[in-house]
Amino acid sequence: MTNVAEKLFTDNQLKEVDKLIEEYGFQPGGLIPLLEKVQLLLGYVPESIQKRIADTSGIPANRIYGVVSFYSYFSMEPKARHRIQVCMGTACYVKGGKDIAERIEQQYEIKAGESTEDGRFTYEQTRCFGACGLAPVVVVDGKVYGKVTVDSIDEILSQYK
Amino acid sequence: MKAKTIAEINEIKANAQKKLYPQEGEIKIFVHMGTCGIASGAMDVFDALKGEVKDNNFKAAKIVTTGCAGICSKEPLITVAVSGQEPVMYEYVDQEKASAIFKQHVMKGQVVKEYALARGMQSEIKQRIENKGRMEGQEIIDDTIPGIEDLPFFRLQEQRVMRNRGLINPNRIDDYIGRDGYQGAIKALSSMSSEELLTVVLDSGLRGRGGAGFPTGLKWKFAAREGTEDKYVLCNADEGDPGAYMDRSVLESDPHSVIEGMIIAAKAIGAHQGYIYCRAEYPLAVDTLNKAIKSARSYGLLGDDILGTGFAFDVAVYEGAGAFVCGEETALMRSIEGLRGNPRPRPPFPAHAGLWEKPTILNNVETLSNIPQIIVNGSEWFASIGTEKSKGTKVFSITGELNNVGCVEVPIGTQLDTIVNEIGGGVCEGKTYKVAQLGGPSGGCIPKQHMDVPLDYETLQEYGSIMGSGGLIVIGDDKSAVDIARFFMEFCKDESCGKCIPGREGTTQMLSILDNICEGKATDDSIDKIEELAKVIQKTALCALGKTSVNPVLSTLRYFRNEYEEAIANN
Repeated sequence: MTNVAEKLFTDNQLKEVDKLIEEYGFQPGGLIPLLEKVQLLLGYVPESIQKRIADTSGIPANRIYGVVSFYSYFSMEPKARHRIQVCMGTACYVKGGKDIAERIEQQYEIKAGESTEDGRFTYEQTRCFGACGLAPVVVVDGKVYGKVTVDSIDEILSQYK
Repeated sequence: MKAKTIAEINEIKANAQKKLYPQEGEIKIFVHMGTCGIASGAMDVFDALKGEVKDNNFKAAKIVTTGCAGICSKEPLITVAVSGQEPVMYEYVDQEKASAIFKQHVMKGQVVKEYALARGMQSEIKQRIENKGRMEGQEIIDDTIPGIEDLPFFRLQEQRVMRNRGLINPNRIDDYIGRDGYQGAIKALSSMSSEELLTVVLDSGLRGRGGAGFPTGLKWKFAAREGTEDKYVLCNADEGDPGAYMDRSVLESDPHSVIEGMIIAAKAIGAHQGYIYCRAEYPLAVDTLNKAIKSARSYGLLGDDILGTGFAFDVAVYEGAGAFVCGEETALMRSIEGLRGNPRPRPPFPAHAGLWEKPTILNNVETLSNIPQIIVNGSEWFASIGTEKSKGTKVFSITGELNNVGCVEVPIGTQLDTIVNEIGGGVCEGKTYKVAQLGGPSGGCIPKQHMDVPLDYETLQEYGSIMGSGGLIVIGDDKSAVDIARFFMEFCKDESCGKCIPGREGTTQMLSILDNICEGKATDDSIDKIEELAKVIQKTALCALGKTSVNPVLSTLRYFRNEYEEAIANN
C-alpha cells in the first residue's frame, strides 16, 4: 500500500502528511481535523493514505475508512482543476437550482460527484451555503455566484479553464 | 497582550462606545459584508471606496466593515454616516455607484437619492420612533428618503440577538465591548453564583432556538447537578437545515455574543472547556469565530483566570465535515470525538454522559447569543415580549419567492402573515403564495388559509409544522405539493446516517413511493402506504431527524391531499 502512496504523491507531500499525523493523529478527537488537513494538502484521501495514517497513528484502518466514507467533505477520488458546487438547498430549489444542475449535466455530460474527462471540472451538488438571499447559488472554487440563470452559468464557467 | 481587569474592560467600553459612530468632523462608511454581501460584490465596493479615499486623499473618511445588515436581497449595502448628520443606507451598490456616492455624499455632503434605501441606522430605530423619526443631534439632509423606521422590514423587527448588526466590526472586540459586550460575563463571574445564574435563565423562559424548544435553564440545571469538574459546554453551529442561515449571520456579524453566552453557561454548570461545532460550508463564520476567540483570549476573557475572577474557561472551534445528521446532539458529540456521526439512543442524556461520556450541554448559536443580555437586563426584561409559553424573539431567515429576502428577528408569536406580507414585502411579482415551509426537512408547511397563525412552538405544531431553527421558505403555487414533499424526502434519504433501519430504509421506501407518484407509476394504495410507513418511522427511528423526516410528507398530505390524488388518478 505504501508503494501506491509513493507513486501518487511526491516525497515532500508525504513528509507533510507525516507531519500532520504527528500533530493530530495522537490527540483524542484529532482524526477528523487530521483528515481535513490531509485533504487540503493532497486534494483527496485515497486508501493508501488512509493506510499510512493507520500504520503511523495506530488508529484502526477501518475506523479511518468509516469516517472518510461517512462525511461528504472527504473524497477518495482525485479532484479536477475546478470544483463546481451547485446548491440544492430549499431556497435554491424554489428558485430553480435544479435547472442549473441539469444544464451543467447536459453541457459537460457529467453527473453529480463526477469529473469531466479533461480534468477541468469536478461537479457536485451541495446542500445550502447559507446564501439563500442570492438563490440560486453556484460556488466555483470557493467563489459564490448568486442569482445564477441557465444562461449565465455558461459564462461563469467559461472563466475557468 | 496583557490580560485585562474588569476596570480596564469598562474603560475600553467607555471609549469604544463613542467610536462606533463618527467623531466630530469624521465620516464613517460602513460596508456590510456577510457571506451574501461578499458574494454580491461587497468586496469590490470596499476596494472602490478605499481607492476613492486614497485617490482623493480624503482622510476624514473611515471605511468600516460589518457583518450582514439583514436585508440580503438588496445587497451590496453600505451606510454613510457623516458626523452631525443622519446616516444614509444605500442599496444594490456596485463599484460605479460607490464612487458616485463617495464623490457626492462623502466629499460634498449631497445624498445620492436614487441609490438610497433609508435614512438612519438599525441600532437607532427605537430612539428614532420615540423621537418622531429623527435622532437628536443629527441634521436631516434629505427627508424625501424614507426613515429606516418607515420600512416595515426594519420597523416590525425586535432586534436583540441581532442588535449589533450593521454597526460593529465583528473582528474588533472593542466594538462589541462598546455595545455592553462582556458585561453579562463580568456580572456572572464577579457577582453571581451558579444557582443565581440558573434561576435567571430558568425564569426568563428562554427555550432552545435550535428547534426543539427545550427550556435552556432546565438543560443547564441537569448538567450543573453532576458532581464533576470535567464538563463541557458545546455550541451547535452546524446549521444544516437547507434554507436557513440565521446562525451564520450571527456568527459572522456578532461572534463575541456567542462566546460570552458560552462563558456564562460554563460558570452556571461548572465547566471549563467549550467547543463550537461549526459546519465547514461556512468558512467566513469559522474564520470570524477563530479571530474572536483569539482576541477574547488576549483580553483575558478566555483562559485560566478570566478577568482575575479565578474562573477558567476556554473555547475551540471544531469544523464539521459535511453531515446533516451531526446537528443532532449525540451525533455531534461523536463527531467531535473523531468518529462517524451516528446518533445514539437517549438516555443517557448528554447532561449526564455527553462528550467523552462527561456531563455536557449543547446549545444553539441563537440561544447562547440571547444569554448575555438576559444576565445584564434580567429575566423580566427578556420575558416582556413573546407569548405565554414562549418568551423573547426568534430569528428567521426568510427566503424563496419573497420580495425581501433576509434575516429577521421578531417577537415570538408574530403572525406568519406579518412576516410574509409586511416584513417580506409580499410574494414576488408573477407568483402566488402556496405555502411557507418552516423547520426545513423536519418541518411542515402552512398554507394560505392559515396565514394568521402566530409563530410559536405550540401553535405551529397544532398546524402540523414546527418552529424549527428558523428557516422560513415561501413557495409559489407553480410547485406541486408532491414535488415539495419529494424534495425534502430525498434530502432526508441522502442525509440518513444509515444506522437505524427506519431512518435508512424507511426514507428510501418513502422516496420511492413519492417518485412513483411524480412519475405516474403510483398505485391506488400509494397514499395509504405512505401514511402507514410514516407512522412506523415516527415511532421507531432512532433520532429526532429520522422521526421527523416524514413531517413534510404528512403536512403536504394534510393540506394538499387532492394533489396527491390527482397525480395518482392521472396515471
